[in-house]
Parts: sequence; structure tokens; C-alpha cells
Amino acid sequence: MNNNAKPVGLALTHMWVAFAVFLLAAVLGFYQVLERAELIPALTWDEGYYLSVTAHGVIMAFVFTTFFIVGFGYYTAATSLERSLWNPPLAWAGFWTMMLGVLLAVYALFTGQATVLYTFYPPMTAHWTFYVGAALLVVGSIAWIVIMIVMTWQWKKDNPGQPVPLPMFGTTTNAILWLWTLIGVAVEVVFQLIPLSLGWVDTVDVGLARTLFAWTLHPIVYFWLIPAYLALYMFVPKAAGGRLFSDEMARVAFIMLLIFGLPIGFHHLYMDPFQAAGWKLLHGFGTFMVAIPTLITGFTVIASLELAARLRGGKGLFGWLKALPWNNSMVLAAVLALLLLTAGGFGGMINASYAMNAMVHNTAWVPGHFHLIFGGTTVIMYFAIAYYLWPSLTGKTLYSERMARTQLWLWFIGILVLTLPWHALGLMGQPRRIASIPYDTPLVQAWDPYEYGMVLGGVIMTIAAALFVWNLFMTHRRGAAAGHREVEYAQPVHPVLKLPGPLNGFALWNWILAVYMIVDFGAPLLQFFFIETFDATSWGW
Amino acid sequence: MIHIDPWEKTWVYIVGLLIVVMLGSILYTAFANSIHPPSNVETIDSASLHLSKEFAEDNLGVKTRADGSVTVTMVAARYGFYPQRIEVPANTPIRFRIASLDVVHGLHIPETNLATMVIPGFVSEVNTTIPKPGEYPLFCNEYCGLGHHYMWSRVTVTPDTTTN
Ligand code: HEM
Ligand SMILES: [Cu+2]
Ligand SMILES: [Cu+2]
Repeated sequence: MNNNAKPVGLALTHMWVAFAVFLLAAVLGFYQVLERAELIPALTWDEGYYLSVTAHGVIMAFVFTTFFIVGFGYYTAATSLERSLWNPPLAWAGFWTMMLGVLLAVYALFTGQATVLYTFYPPMTAHWTFYVGAALLVVGSIAWIVIMIVMTWQWKKDNPGQPVPLPMFGTTTNAILWLWTLIGVAVEVVFQLIPLSLGWVDTVDVGLARTLFAWTLHPIVYFWLIPAYLALYMFVPKAAGGRLFSDEMARVAFIMLLIFGLPIGFHHLYMDPFQAAGWKLLHGFGTFMVAIPTLITGFTVIASLELAARLRGGKGLFGWLKALPWNNSMVLAAVLALLLLTAGGFGGMINASYAMNAMVHNTAWVPGHFHLIFGGTTVIMYFAIAYYLWPSLTGKTLYSERMARTQLWLWFIGILVLTLPWHALGLMGQPRRIASIPYDTPLVQAWDPYEYGMVLGGVIMTIAAALFVWNLFMTHRRGAAAGHREVEYAQPVHPVLKLPGPLNGFALWNWILAVYMIVDFGAPLLQFFFIETFDATSWGW
Repeated sequence: MIHIDPWEKTWVYIVGLLIVVMLGSILYTAFANSIHPPSNVETIDSASLHLSKEFAEDNLGVKTRADGSVTVTMVAARYGFYPQRIEVPANTPIRFRIASLDVVHGLHIPETNLATMVIPGFVSEVNTTIPKPGEYPLFCNEYCGLGHHYMWSRVTVTPDTTTN
């Protein structure tokens, strides 16, 4: 494909914003582990800690991810469909809307007017610019959703009966998933929090707000995770020297993530008093179903790796592992990501368990868990995607492949050193989101060594974050010209020539999802309009 | 229709079985042992807790009922759980009832499943027993403001004298 037809500028601009704020947030993360450990008494600063955790959480979870996913999506659409991007002005309008949103939120955050953490649970109320900023970030991303859907639709019209290329099928699944996902938080922000923060209303229905937030809070993690899975399916088999084990099962997995991933948000409300046990049990069931697509993905990706290794002469039940091209950063990242996913998935089952959740809910176990699976599995694949795409985007060979491999190993080790003690602290009862440890009770004395372990993990990860950004920066500025700029997608072992309609489109799934969402959220949301509830007045912090 | 490798098919069956086993154990603990998360859907006006009978200041604390079981009534408010010190017997059914005076709080006694969110506008109720006597902290585990980490109470669980 002609380089001029690729949305290089859009992709690079989005990704540079993503990686710049990522580095900033990593430094904040390091400050947080250090402050909490109370190693340096002068550092103790409650207000600074909570401000930092808010900024770090908002940036990592919302800004870094959204900019990366949108930029990556544009590039994937153009290169996998081999056609130029539909409506670039709309894409740029989306970008600037997102930027404006980020600037507003950053203003509120760093002037100390929004220390409400990234979950902004009412009735604590931030300055209105924080909520309007968040809303604009979401509105801007809708431009991306529209462009992804339109491009898939146009491609299908021009290629009747042909399977949509897998990279675009996965990307469009994610765009549709994000559209469903954002409804909950959008309704909460627009109808409850913005009016409250502007003083148009005096009170807020906290139960309703939390139920709406739960609508978004689970599927948003698949919005972050799907790009990582996409790389596992579409880049890793090729990088390992083989083919994708099954194209069809990849599509089945994406569809399952969409259907099972959305209607299960109440596992975040297990401990909340305002939803009845039956609804929690129903969502708890759905939560276990969503393990299926992840286990299918694990199988397909490992099978693809094994095939590739055997093609390269690998032998034996596990001996083939040695034949993998370990010096390829994409393959290395995939193996590390799968290891972290296995560990994180295990913890996830515990969180998801209807009864066992009480033991870990809101303890340090929870941030330990999501740093493992989000900071670990997901972000390590974002790194690999960036290393792989940078030569294609910039026309320069990667500044240092060796530095890339070192960086991936460092991140992997850092994540383990950070999160294993974090999990342990949670099991010992340490609450999450605490600026220091002032409790004078015997149980707490055992916490110190684990805090120090976390500091070490934080040091390693911050170094790795800096190496990552440095490598990309040097590639862009100084790298030698790259001869090869094509993005190469893995071919499946069995090429798909024809697919049943539901594996090549989304209409049926949207209908199923609509019914499933009404069943799972209808009555729990409506109850707040039928029972006599008492709103809460707004509070600072 | 679509091509699925026989090995992958086997794997999908194994995954299905795994899910059935896990869901089965959850259903079993939920219904055979009646373990449910706190879900009483009971509203209250947090702005006038002091006027409510149950959560008025002189009604807070531990009460023993006729059958020997215990009810604990508490209020969560920035930055403390009131009363700040309570004593409950081990191995005795405890009913915890708590309401928030201001923002969202969370309550957890480590090493036990005594945990609930405390949401303004709602009463949280947890029913459990604590098997092991000792000194426990009761932490706030949801960010409730700049003093969140100062918010805790002490719980003494005394050896059970009524049984054995
Ligand atoms: C240098 C690496 C990192 C370090 C040292 C670090 C450390 C921390 C710490 C100490 C907290 C506060 C948790 C609490 O008070 O309970 C936190 C919160 C958070 N981190 Fe990180 N983190 C790092 C990287 C990441 C990454 C890569 C992500 C995701 C992409 C991430 C996502 C989050 C989120 C969403 C929160 C907010 C949690 C909350 O509000 O409870 N972090 N991090
Ligand atoms: Cu979730
Ligand atoms: Cu609190």
C-alpha cells in the first residue's frame, strides 16, 4: 500500500500523545509507591498523594489507553483493508476534541480541584471542568467509532460475501463494544455529575450513579485489552515465523468478548447494599462466561507459536519453546504477556467469586490485580505494537532492538516485583488508596517489607517506561531509513474464503446485546425511580 | 460451517467443564451455606441520621439479643466509624448495620468476610460470625477524602463463653 495513503500523521500524533502522558503517569506511580512506603518522612503529603493517584489513574486508564487505541485503530483500518482512511477531517476533529477534554481535566486535576480519584464516586464532587473534560474525551472517541464502522461497512459493500479481514473485524468489534460501554458513564456524567458540579441541582442519587458507572467499568477493560489480543492474533504468529492457528476461533473470541463482557458490571457492586443478591448472582455468572474467550485466545495463540516453532525445527513436548525466535520483541512480549495473563486471570477468578470477593474487595489486592493484568499483559503488548509499527510509521529502523528486549524483560520483572507484594498486602487486609499507614495495631507491623518490595518494583518499571519512550523518540529523530514499511498480518493455517453471516457482521449481536443489557440492567436501574430514595448532597474532599 | 481443529474443540469442552465446576461451587456456597454479599436494598436519609431512631447517637454500639446473637449499629462519617471501639463475642452470629453520614465509605475487618460498602442514602447490613478471638482493626477501604487513611476503629473479639 502507498505510504501516502496511510494515516501516518494521525496514528503518530495519537500515539505520541499516549506515550508522553504514559511516561508522566509512570513517574507519578513511582512517587506514589515511594510516598506510601514512608521511607522518606519528608515526602509524606496526603494531599499530594491523592492528587497524584487521581492524575495517574485518569491518565493511565483513560488518556493513555484511548489515544493509543484510536491511533492504532486508524492505522489498522487503512493497512488491513488496504484503502485510505474515510473522512480524515472527522478523525482530526475527534483528536482535537479529545485534546480539549484532556486539557480541561488536567487543569482541574493539577489545580487541586478534582482530587476525586479516577472513579470519581459521588457525592464527592469535583470542579465542572473535570467532568466536561471527561465527557469531551469520550465524545472525541466517538469520531473513531463512526469511522471504524463506516469503513467496515463500505468495504463489505465493495467486497460482497467476502470475510472482513480479521484485524479490521477485531477493531470494529472493539469500536462497537466501546459504543455500548460508554453509555453508562456518559449518562452519569451528563445527567448527574455535570449538573451537580455546576450547582444546577443540589443532590445526587448515589445508588443510580454507581449502577451507571458499573455499566461502564467492566467492559471498558475489554476496550483496553482487545488491541493487545489483536496483536496476539495478527502480529505474533507471523513474527514467530508461522501462521495463525485459527481465524474463525479468533472471531468467535471477539464476539464472545462483546456479548459476555458487557452485561456483567455488578461484580463491581457485590459489596454495595442497593442491589439485590439475585442480580449480583446473575452478573456473577456472566462474569465467569467471559473467561471462555480468554481461554480460547490463550489456546489459539500458543498453538500458533508451537506451529511456528516446529516449522523452525523445534521438537519435543515443551522443547519447541527453545526454537521460538526469542530475539523478536513481538514474540518475547507475547510470551511474557501470556504469563502475566495466567497469573492475573487466576486472581480475577477470586475477585469475581460472589462470596470470596468480600475478603479482597477494596483491599490492596485489587490494584495489585489490575496492575498485573492491565499494566502487565495489556501494556506490554502496547509496547510490542509500538516497536513493531514505529518503522512503518516513521520510515526509520528501530533505534535499538536490544534495548527493546531489555525493556520488555525489565517491565515484566518490575510488574511482578510490584504486584506480588501488593496482592499479599491485600490478603493482610491493607485497604487500597491510602496515603500512609497510620494504624497503630499489631496486624499492620507485618506490612513494611512488602511496601519496600513495591518500591523496588516501581523503580524497575519507571526505568523501563523511560527506556521505551527513549527508544521510540530516538527512532523517530535519528533512526536509519527503513527499507520496508508494510504492516504484515499473519495468514491463517486454513484460509477463510466464506463465513457465516454472524461471524462477518454485528447486526445479530447488537440485537442480542440489547436484550441482554435490558435484562441485566433494566430493573436494577429503574428501581431507583420506583423506591423512595434519598439523594445525597455534594461534598468536597 | 466453520473449521475447528479437533484439539481446539477438546479444549473448548474442558473450558466449559471448568466453568460449570466453578459456577457450581459458587451456587453451592450461596444456597447451601447461605453466603451472600450484603444486598438488603434499604434506604435511609443520610442528611438526618441523628433523627432516625436506629442511628441516633445514643443507640449506636453493640446489643445482645434474646437468642444470644449480637447486633452492632454504627455510623460512618469522615473520618471515623462510631463507636470507635467495640467488643463482640467470637463464634456468635453478628448482625452489622451501618449508615453513612456524608460520602461513600467502605468497611472491612481483615481476615474476615465482614465487609460492605457504606453508601449515603442506604443502610448496609452484614451477617457473619468471627471465629478467631483477638484484636482487629476495622478499616475504611474506600477513598472518602484526604483523611481516608485515618479512618478506622478497633474491634475486640472476645472468646466465646456461652458455648463449649
Ligand atoms: C511505574 C509503574 C507504576 C507504578 C509504580 C504504579 C503505582 C501505583 C500506585 C502506588 C497506585 C495507588 C494505588 C492505591 O493508592 O491504592 C496506582 C494507582 C493506579 N494505577 Fe498505577 N502504577 C504504575 C503503572 C500503571 C500502569 C501501566 C497502569 C495502567 C495502564 C496503571 C493504572 C493505575 C490506575 C488506574 C490506578 C488508580 C487506582 C485507584 O484509584 O484505586 N498504573 N498505581
Ligand atoms: Cu469488572
Ligand atoms: Cu471513609
